[in-house]
Amino acid sequence: MATIQIEGVAKSYGAHQVHKALTLSVRHGECFTLLGPSGCGKTVLLRLIAGFETPDAGSIRIGEDCVSDPAAGINISPDSRGLGVVFQDYAVWPHMTVFDNVAYPLKLAKMPKPALRDRVMETIGLVGMTGLEKRMPSELSGGQQQRVALARALSAKPSIMLLDEPLTNLDANLREEMRFEIKELQRKLDITVLYVTHDQEVALAISDRVAIMDDAGQLRQTGSPWEIFERPVDGFVFNFMGIANFMPVRRVGETYLVGKGEQPVPWEKPQGDAPEWVAGFRPSDVRISRTGAGLRGVVKRASFLGAVVDYLVEVDGAWLRTSIETFEAISGAMMFTQGESCVISFNHLLWFDARTLAEVVKA
Amino acid sequence: MNGIVQKSGFGAAQIILGLSIAILVVMVAVPVLLIFFNAFWVHGEFNIRDVIATIREPDTYQALVNSLIIASGTTFGSTVVGTFFAWLVTRTDLPYKPFMKSMFLVPFMLPSFIGALAWKMLLSPRAGFINRFFMTNFGFDGPLFNIYSYAGIIMVEIMYLFPFVFIQVCGALERMDPTLEESARISGAGLFTITRKITIPLVMPSILSGALLIMLYSMAHFGTVAVLGIENGIFNIPTLIYQRIHQSAGSFDSIRTGTVLATVLVVTAAFIIWLQGKILSKGRYQIIAGKSFRPMELKLRALRTPLLVLCIAYIAFTIVLPTVVIFLVGGLKTYGLPFTWENLSLDNYKFILFDYKVTKDAIRNSLALGLGAAFITMFAGVMISYVIVKMKVRGKGILEFLGMLPFSVPGSVIALGVILAWSGKFNINLYNTVWIILVAYIARYMAFSLKANSAALEQVHDSLMEAARACGATMWQTLRDIVLPLVRPGMLAAFFLIFLPSLRELTVSIMLYAPTTRTIGVAIYTLNEDGETVVSAALAGIALILIITGQTLINHFTKTKRV
Repeated sequence: MATIQIEGVAKSYGAHQVHKALTLSVRHGECFTLLGPSGCGKTVLLRLIAGFETPDAGSIRIGEDCVSDPAAGINISPDSRGLGVVFQDYAVWPHMTVFDNVAYPLKLAKMPKPALRDRVMETIGLVGMTGLEKRMPSELSGGQQQRVALARALSAKPSIMLLDEPLTNLDANLREEMRFEIKELQRKLDITVLYVTHDQEVALAISDRVAIMDDAGQLRQTGSPWEIFERPVDGFVFNFMGIANFMPVRRVGETYLVGKGEQPVPWEKPQGDAPEWVAGFRPSDVRISRTGAGLRGVVKRASFLGAVVDYLVEVDGAWLRTSIETFEAISGAMMFTQGESCVISFNHLLWFDARTLAEVVKA
Repeated sequence: MNGIVQKSGFGAAQIILGLSIAILVVMVAVPVLLIFFNAFWVHGEFNIRDVIATIREPDTYQALVNSLIIASGTTFGSTVVGTFFAWLVTRTDLPYKPFMKSMFLVPFMLPSFIGALAWKMLLSPRAGFINRFFMTNFGFDGPLFNIYSYAGIIMVEIMYLFPFVFIQVCGALERMDPTLEESARISGAGLFTITRKITIPLVMPSILSGALLIMLYSMAHFGTVAVLGIENGIFNIPTLIYQRIHQSAGSFDSIRTGTVLATVLVVTAAFIIWLQGKILSKGRYQIIAGKSFRPMELKLRALRTPLLVLCIAYIAFTIVLPTVVIFLVGGLKTYGLPFTWENLSLDNYKFILFDYKVTKDAIRNSLALGLGAAFITMFAGVMISYVIVKMKVRGKGILEFLGMLPFSVPGSVIALGVILAWSGKFNINLYNTVWIILVAYIARYMAFSLKANSAALEQVHDSLMEAARACGATMWQTLRDIVLPLVRPGMLAAFFLIFLPSLRELTVSIMLYAPTTRTIGVAIYTLNEDGETVVSAALAGIALILIITGQTLINHFTKTKRV
């Protein structure tokens, strides 16, 4: 079974503790994404799994085999772990042709020449590079180099692949195209993929499951992309998954009032008895209109962004951002200008205890 | 994000680290330590009073003072000359700038002691061609210029050392962001003010670092002072060490004087290198933009022709004239005859190449030693640099410290240390064999190899090696298939950086040669000392041809490779 089990792994560099007692498991055949802000230690975790770093404590199992366990004195070197690894900077060997790059793992495995040739050509075809096998890496574009790196990691048919931000160095269009290709390959070849990134769009697009890591290297939530996006367990996860509005709400008796004003929240009440709450929602969950039920506010800034119009609205000292499609705005006579009053209501709202949210709201 | 080495893998990392440390300890650290030990440790006890007494002896004290005088004069002169020409070829509209620039770099190739020989032929007080010409034709009663003097020595050293400053300042001026000067200009400053207030302060770190390099080199320089100074009793530290060791056949007193002088050299060198590091790290304000701009050019106007003439005259006088003299004297039947067609022939050249055992041996020795030293040092250097740049193992700090040593140990110190270490002290006696010269060359040129190889290794990103490990390659396979092919240009550079200078090496070989183990440098020097001027000049000519051919080949090779 191509699984990865991480049990209580700790790693520090000098005084800097990157991980303390991290536990995580990747299931057979899934595309698992480790998502977190840069510098949170997700690459370190990937390097621990690949064997480029050794943990201070805890254990790492790949399939049935324990590959790292300092307490038991186990540390399998990277070349014996049988993983495919793709790096952010491609790491295509500049002195070898595309063919030789892809063939290298097979040569090391002493595969006979004819079989090796067939396998290499097949793998090169898989990543859409047929016809370029004689090129040197310097004659390839960034996207092509990343395909070579992918082919090289795939050629020995590993059951597990580790990808460390493989798309970061590509331009936006290519990135979009490549992420679907990676997903497609993973499905076609039925391999387990651990994907590390700070880009939540990629994570949502390709993952079967996503784990969110915070700046301190701790896992906040693990679940399907949909769960992570729609049911974040806390403000950090919510905030990390896209532009977020946080609206302070205070409890007075049995009613909840927005900002410093006297308007009650037109939505289901939070569960709990904290005095200070924060309502979280995405710009797309906000409805703006000129009349009707909802919170009264003032448009403080209106920005026309082409397909959408973006508004910054103040409601009694609380600020929020919303966007509306330009077409809808024009047809519904909702092209607001700065200083006009408006009415705000919500499609979807999440409640957070203000005390637990302090760190997130600041950012 | 570096380091791929694990505790496993049969301790491969430890083996490499251990081997690297061993090489540097045996080759460099032990000889240097033996020098300190011999200088401070007398009859089983630490003794600093004798060290001071040795320094205060008139001869030694004078040598120290001389080293200082010559090094200061050379440094000052070279800095002025180097900075001036660098400014001329980068920031003015002087004609033929690229040609001028390459000509000013020629002295890098030429061995300064051969230059000194040429100047001795031209300006020795009685027999020098120029002095004689003036005395016979213009009725001078004395020589025009006596080359056997501080001024003479300093002048010759400047001619051969100024490129150190020249190349550094050229680099800084070329890479300097011109907007810095342009903004000063917009603020209303004139070109002269800009040069004085903006340009010079900004390139000051480069000037100073080049100047310190010259200081370091000149303090420890043997050849020029040996050729021009000994006649008039001017000794500097290296020549005094040589004279003491050479004359007294290894008596304890002379070795002790040698070690004390060598200690002074090492300490001075270490101080200069420390100072240079300090200046360079402080001077790195962001003046140097990565992109290449077209800097402002000063219009020389009326001065254009006179300055062009000055440059051409300088090149003709300091580069062409000495070289021509060497070849002409090498063609003479007897030294002293006038240069007429019937007196000139290729007989001397034929003689030294095919008939004369001393010179044939010398050429063979130098080629063999150069190839051997270059080969060994190249591989040792790549291994040591690999540990320092790429590996993450415990105990690497020791290696980093040891790796700094070769940079601060001058040639004559290495020679003395090698004598102390390899003359039977550890039951290995290489003295009077060619092997002791090989060992000394390896120690002397290790710094070049470390520099070239570390630079090449820094270009090899860690992920290239990690990718190989992830593909199933062991550490050794990664080294063989990925690292070595990628650093090959650096290794090649290291090879030639060692091979070419070793062909003309004098400082180390002169202290270590035996009758059958002369090198080209030693043969030229000793033949000249023995009065065999024409043969010596002919051999010097052959050496120049070897060196220039080699350098041209390398330049050509590296240029075509880069395209």
